[in-house]
Amino acid sequence: MYRLANARTALSQRNKPGAGLIRGAIAAAFLRNHIRRRILLLSGAIALIATSAFAQTHAAPAADPADLDALSRDQNQWVMAPRDYANTRFSGLDQINTRDAAQLRVGWTFSLGADRGQEAAPLIVNNTMYVVGPYAGPHPNQVFALDATTGDLKWSYAPKPDTAAQGVACCDVVTRGLAYDQGKVFLNTLDNYSVAIDADSGRELWHTKLGDVNEGQTITMAPLVVKGKVLIGNSGGELGVRGWVTALDENTGQIVWRAYSTGPDSDVLIGSDFKPFYNWLKGKDLGVTSWPPDGWKTGGGTMWGWISYDPALNLIYYGSANPGPWNSNQRPGDNLWTTTVFARDADTGAARWALPLNPHDLFDHDEINENVLLDLEINGQLRKVLIHPARNGYMYVVDRATGEILSADAYDHITATKGIDLKTGRPISNGEKAPALGKTVEDVCPAAPGAKDWQPTAWSPRNKLLYVPHQHLCMNLKASDVGYIAGTPFVGAAVDMYSGPGGYRGEFMAWDPVKRTKLWAIHENFPVWTGTLVTAGDVAFYGTLDRWFKAVDARNGTLLWQFRAGSGFVGQPVTYKGTDGAQYVAILSGVGGWPGVVAAAKIDPRVRNGALGFVGATQDLPAYSSGGSELLVFKLAGGQSGSDAPQPNPSHANGAQLEAGNALAR
Amino acid sequence: MRSRGNSGKGGRSCCLGLVAIALVINAALSPPSPLVAAEKDELKVCADPNNLPFSNADGAGFENKLAELVAAELGKHVIYSWWAQRRGFVRSTLNAELCDVVMGVPVGYELVEPTRPYYRSTYVFVSQAGRNFDVTSIKDPRLNDLKIGVHLIGSNGMNTPPSLALGQQNIVQNVVGYMIYGDYREPDPPARLMEAVEKGDIDIAAAWGPLAGYAAKISAVPLTVFPITETEDFAPLRFQFDIAMGVRKGDHALKARLDDLIARKQPEIRALLESYGVPLVQASSRAAETGIR
Repeated sequence: MYRLANARTALSQRNKPGAGLIRGAIAAAFLRNHIRRRILLLSGAIALIATSAFAQTHAAPAADPADLDALSRDQNQWVMAPRDYANTRFSGLDQINTRDAAQLRVGWTFSLGADRGQEAAPLIVNNTMYVVGPYAGPHPNQVFALDATTGDLKWSYAPKPDTAAQGVACCDVVTRGLAYDQGKVFLNTLDNYSVAIDADSGRELWHTKLGDVNEGQTITMAPLVVKGKVLIGNSGGELGVRGWVTALDENTGQIVWRAYSTGPDSDVLIGSDFKPFYNWLKGKDLGVTSWPPDGWKTGGGTMWGWISYDPALNLIYYGSANPGPWNSNQRPGDNLWTTTVFARDADTGAARWALPLNPHDLFDHDEINENVLLDLEINGQLRKVLIHPARNGYMYVVDRATGEILSADAYDHITATKGIDLKTGRPISNGEKAPALGKTVEDVCPAAPGAKDWQPTAWSPRNKLLYVPHQHLCMNLKASDVGYIAGTPFVGAAVDMYSGPGGYRGEFMAWDPVKRTKLWAIHENFPVWTGTLVTAGDVAFYGTLDRWFKAVDARNGTLLWQFRAGSGFVGQPVTYKGTDGAQYVAILSGVGGWPGVVAAAKIDPRVRNGALGFVGATQDLPAYSSGGSELLVFKLAGGQSGSDAPQPNPSHANGAQLEAGNALAR
Repeated sequence: MRSRGNSGKGGRSCCLGLVAIALVINAALSPPSPLVAAEKDELKVCADPNNLPFSNADGAGFENKLAELVAAELGKHVIYSWWAQRRGFVRSTLNAELCDVVMGVPVGYELVEPTRPYYRSTYVFVSQAGRNFDVTSIKDPRLNDLKIGVHLIGSNGMNTPPSLALGQQNIVQNVVGYMIYGDYREPDPPARLMEAVEKGDIDIAAAWGPLAGYAAKISAVPLTVFPITETEDFAPLRFQFDIAMGVRKGDHALKARLDDLIARKQPEIRALLESYGVPLVQASSRAAETGIR
């Protein structure tokens, strides 16, 4: 009865994309009824939730639909951007596997009508796909609900955002996706609204304003729902924004807690149960004292990346972004708690430990990258760890209960630092690469976007390998460039990025975190700016800026299949099972983001340091791709045997090169 | 002056996008050549609607007046596309062909093709006249003790020359940063730095000349403005900049007309700048011609 009523609603709304911002008594009443139903379901089904080895499960138990953790174990669905709380992006589906992946074909497509960088992960819940576009086009940050099997449009929701956000957003007007829980879809708009939308009807349930674009604040990350709270972080550190993560009550939109990344302990939610592993992190109000006076008030440390959650420890994990807006010589000190991995109590936000990766960051090395939660056998002991593939080029394996670094190994060419001191957890600085006024510093690796930026990895519990999409860029810094903001001229550091050793700019590789080595690597012409997905069929997926979507054998990197799309890829591949029993793989095509903005937004490619230096590294991209906004959904061709499987050597057609062995990382 | 944008302050942020879309459609229907626009008797200018003394949506800035002067000389009238002048400004406006000229850019700004410069100004120290500070050197030892306000731009290696030069001398504990971006809901966001001097929140500010000179002109509290000197040791930082108009790269025809106009109208332009208190310096000399009191 409930479904029927909503199907009618959905039908009547189908052609009304302006249905956004409906609120008031109807929605409120709807919400109340909805919650009541869900609570009834919850009490009946809670016993069904099975405990199992963390993040290693790939069976499909009958999940309690009211519990997101349980729901995420249903391999047929993809209910949160990172697929599961551990951020593994591993699917237990194996219909598409190394033997048949060559028969992948387009099932259906859908245009979002907003041609800027498409970084969002589609969600698939109960055979409905929820997908959100960037802050562009006639309906910025529009949400679409589609039948995940047929591609039929069920409803769309268009917020009425503030167009000023386009003028103040850093880098590109991207969003990294939606969240889902309890029959609600949660949207972050670029202009700082958190919006709850009824998943069945597309009606808005509540919205909360979390910041103001006019102050330089934006939101680009995909929210994560944990225990009834929507967790959200902000963007805009370059504009003097002070970073935070905020928890909203998912039923009301009210702020439950907010944890800042800088400032006094009371603001950072550091209390008596804060137990950092390293001694230099113990002390009162280090978020104030590690800055010049008041520097922390505009200190950056935003959070525009990923959050993971360990239900057993009841801790959430995330990393904060770079310090700002002061130049490094104007902010002596460690600038805590920027570029810091935090472990926080999932209920209260209270910090349990913190691990600053780049104290006194010199290179814009945000550490908002994902933390993948794994239970690994290290030196004969089962350890609860998180893996943080860092901007700074090191693959950190950290005890996620204590914040102790177990290992930190270079996974790309690094000159900016000389390694990680495991006694202190701090990078060993390389003085000759430190930026200094009037001095040209050459060959700084990795470049400002780091060895890897936001684009998330995937972990296969079958192969015990982490699949890492990343860039391979170095940079020269020199103070020579004339800049101009709001009528004020200045000489800025010219950041000139270029390909690292070997001449390639991106890589997709498999990393063994126990052996601490790179098993194989595929070199790509451009930075690999998509997320990745790995499946029980031993297929790993990623996309390239020059429009290829690729499936490779997760065991050895052999190219199994590739598809050339209308625009380059910066999105996140996901997989699910349709009502027809077929396994589908979906990703948004549409170049953009930091490296792709040159192609999508027509920055002059002759200016090498446009887009904060990234244009230099990708100035030939317009020759490969213009903007786009196409959702692509693939499945296997029915019953046909593959006739156009690629040649065994994957390094054909598009300049990708496969290399095996461990030498690359050194 | 005619404005196609919504010049109401409250409506500005909500409607800029619509204006932009309308203009894009317009451009798509007609050939996008600037020469065609010229034939339509319009001088299409992109400007910040909220940044005095340079420009605002009411046409009260010196760049507004200059646009009118230029348009009159070319036998045109001014059409504005409004956009906050920050990162992405040129990409979203001039290079998106919403307009053909921006009225102020520093020479050496690689995103545009500059005309010949029409003025040169300098970073200055500004303080309350009553405090009798006569700090002119960036190396003045008193800067170790005064509470100094500076503008901040943002990322590493991208800040205003005085803030970087102070940092290089380890003068950081007594320096207060004001975001050049500020809060865009407030009028003229960069003006907060000069207002802090007027209110006595800080002892002295180091700011770009036109901002400080204009503040001194309109402030209820008498202010002194001194060009910053002894900056040579901080090269390649520069404290003086030539300011030109900017056209799209390759738009040589418009650049030539503007170059000619700037040469012919130098006395009027100079008088206009002086009426806004803009400190003017000679390209050849490091010292300013005028200190404004």
